[in-house]
Amino acid sequence: MRRWSAIILLSLLLGFPAAVIAADKPYFYPYVNPLEATVMELPSYYHADIPDKVPTKTFSLTVFPDREIPKVFWYEDGLDFSLVYQKEKAPLVFIIAGTGARFNSPKMLNMQKALYQAGYHVISITSPTHMHFIVNASSTMTPGNLYEDAKDVYKVMQLAMDKVKKNIEVSSFHLTGYSLGGIQAAFVSMLDEEKKIFDFERVLLINPPVNLYTSVNILDSMLTENIPGGINNIDSWMDEVMKRLAAAEKKMGYFELSGEYIYKAYKRFPPREDFLASLVGVAFRTDSSNMVFAADVMKGGGFITPTDVTMTNSTALTPFYIVGNRTSFKDYFEDHFVPYFRAKDPSLTEEKMIKMLSLRNIEPYLRSAEKIGLLHNEDDIILAPGEIDYLEELFGSRAKIFPTGGHCGNMNHQDVVDFMVNFFAGQDG
Amino acid sequence: MMISRKGKMVLFVLLLSVVFVSGCSTVPKPGPDSQPAMRQQADLVPEGTRLDVEVYDPLEGFNRGTYRFNYYFDKFLFLPIVSVYKFILPDYVEDRVSNFIDNVYEFNNFTNNLLQLKFKQTGITLARFAVNSTVGVAGLWDPATKWGMHRQTEDFGQTLGHYGVGHGPYIVLPVLGPSNLRDTTGLVTDAVAFSVAGPPAWVDDDDVTLAFTALTAVDRRKRIPFRYYGSGSPFEYEQIRMLYTKKRELDIAD
Repeated sequence: MRRWSAIILLSLLLGFPAAVIAADKPYFYPYVNPLEATVMELPSYYHADIPDKVPTKTFSLTVFPDREIPKVFWYEDGLDFSLVYQKEKAPLVFIIAGTGARFNSPKMLNMQKALYQAGYHVISITSPTHMHFIVNASSTMTPGNLYEDAKDVYKVMQLAMDKVKKNIEVSSFHLTGYSLGGIQAAFVSMLDEEKKIFDFERVLLINPPVNLYTSVNILDSMLTENIPGGINNIDSWMDEVMKRLAAAEKKMGYFELSGEYIYKAYKRFPPREDFLASLVGVAFRTDSSNMVFAADVMKGGGFITPTDVTMTNSTALTPFYIVGNRTSFKDYFEDHFVPYFRAKDPSLTEEKMIKMLSLRNIEPYLRSAEKIGLLHNEDDIILAPGEIDYLEELFGSRAKIFPTGGHCGNMNHQDVVDFMVNFFAGQDG
Repeated sequence: MMISRKGKMVLFVLLLSVVFVSGCSTVPKPGPDSQPAMRQQADLVPEGTRLDVEVYDPLEGFNRGTYRFNYYFDKFLFLPIVSVYKFILPDYVEDRVSNFIDNVYEFNNFTNNLLQLKFKQTGITLARFAVNSTVGVAGLWDPATKWGMHRQTEDFGQTLGHYGVGHGPYIVLPVLGPSNLRDTTGLVTDAVAFSVAGPPAWVDDDDVTLAFTALTAVDRRKRIPFRYYGSGSPFEYEQIRMLYTKKRELDIAD
């Protein structure tokens, strides 16, 4: 999702004059279609007024000094994270990235800038579902278990803090995350109640799923239901995408790989609903196949790669790429994830694990924890019917739900950024 | 000139050693207890299906070695040079440099549009060169685009493709990255034509040409946002190979 939106978003920038929206105007979002809201980036006219550049340092952590990283990941050497820092003593916000996203993905950079501007230090953590995290920092190397992933993230946060403590002075700690990072933030916060290492003051969940399994299956079905003939027909789907681009080029008289161009093409040849959905599905499948390959190789293979093989930097990975792209999250969950955790605890069934990976499973905590707030959209595409009502009821006055914005589409909207920043300052709404 | 040739030789030998050291085996080496994967291509893809991702790549072992070389070259040499360049020059000046370089290379767009008998595009290219070299002050600005005359990029690889030459084996070029036999042939042909009959021949000064070539390399790298393994995918090599091949098909079809 983020790669497409990065490209598409870039283009939108030139179409609209930059302007600051008056604070008392009602919330307005230019895309009513939730798929458009999710895929297309927000026109710059609505962008939050944030600085272009903020003081940033990148660090690398060796989380498991004894871990031997397989040669096929020859480019992996420690877990990178970033610190955005204030000169004076200030509160610090940890951000956990969404599915398959790195600490420096476009959404992360925007949040860093907004929070820096509001006077916070920011430490950004790569998603536990990203290859980079699985290889360097995951203890189970089997991402998706919110309880286990929370432990890994919590450990990384401590190591990161150790690394930067001589650079900054921190007055208090806050936590946030978007999408999968949002639900992870809830589990990390619960762990922190017990360990009390950071004693988070405020925790904001941005566009989290209610149930992980439900949401990933929704994303998966966007691919299977919107590519005619299914995944084995992805080549003809790709050809169609290319043909459309070529047709646009012919009509417009030129082609360039720029955001402006794609935006113009988008305006002149609006894509169909099923095409937008398939884009979301393909982007998600790409992220998930990266995850599955990394997880499988790190555990010694057997799922999509053979066991006991040596792969190096010159090994052809094409067959695994093909298989990975044909492996849904459901396949991963049933044939790799559940068996792994069941081997440790035979009482775990598929059904039990599906229930575990949910905000409902920690409902009493979420209900009582005054520090936790929710930022969501009513039309978020990853939620099943009824789930937004559940969240609204669960968080009550601590929930801020925008009517439109899709899944994380409006994160850079001025109103949304204002809410986020005010939340950490302790001013609701 | 002598030094630069020597430098090229050193680079070439260095590169060869990297390629050979990394070997050419491309199949995972099984150990004594190796078991097949639960999910396999043969079970998931109907037999006889040719997938786009399976680009003809008989030199894959070498190519992956070169890809790795490029990763290190980029990280330790190319990108640091680019960041020094960006640090020294204001963005405004960098944009003038980019325009200037693009204008000089209109030579190749002109010859290749002409070779493909695309007369309208040839005319636009010629007009662009005339406008940008005069009104645009030696190409430092690009008023032609503002007036609706967009750049008509064509290279000799596209010209070969236009006349039906297939892409041939995929090749990862040192420093330059993804290519194939057809496009590498095109690249060399364009470079020779450019230096024999193009602007370098008009200037006829080796030092100027050398400085220009170096500047072009830095400017081009600056303009490509790609970072090796920034995509976060273990299949980046496969993805780049497929996208490059598709993109070139699209370029040729236009």
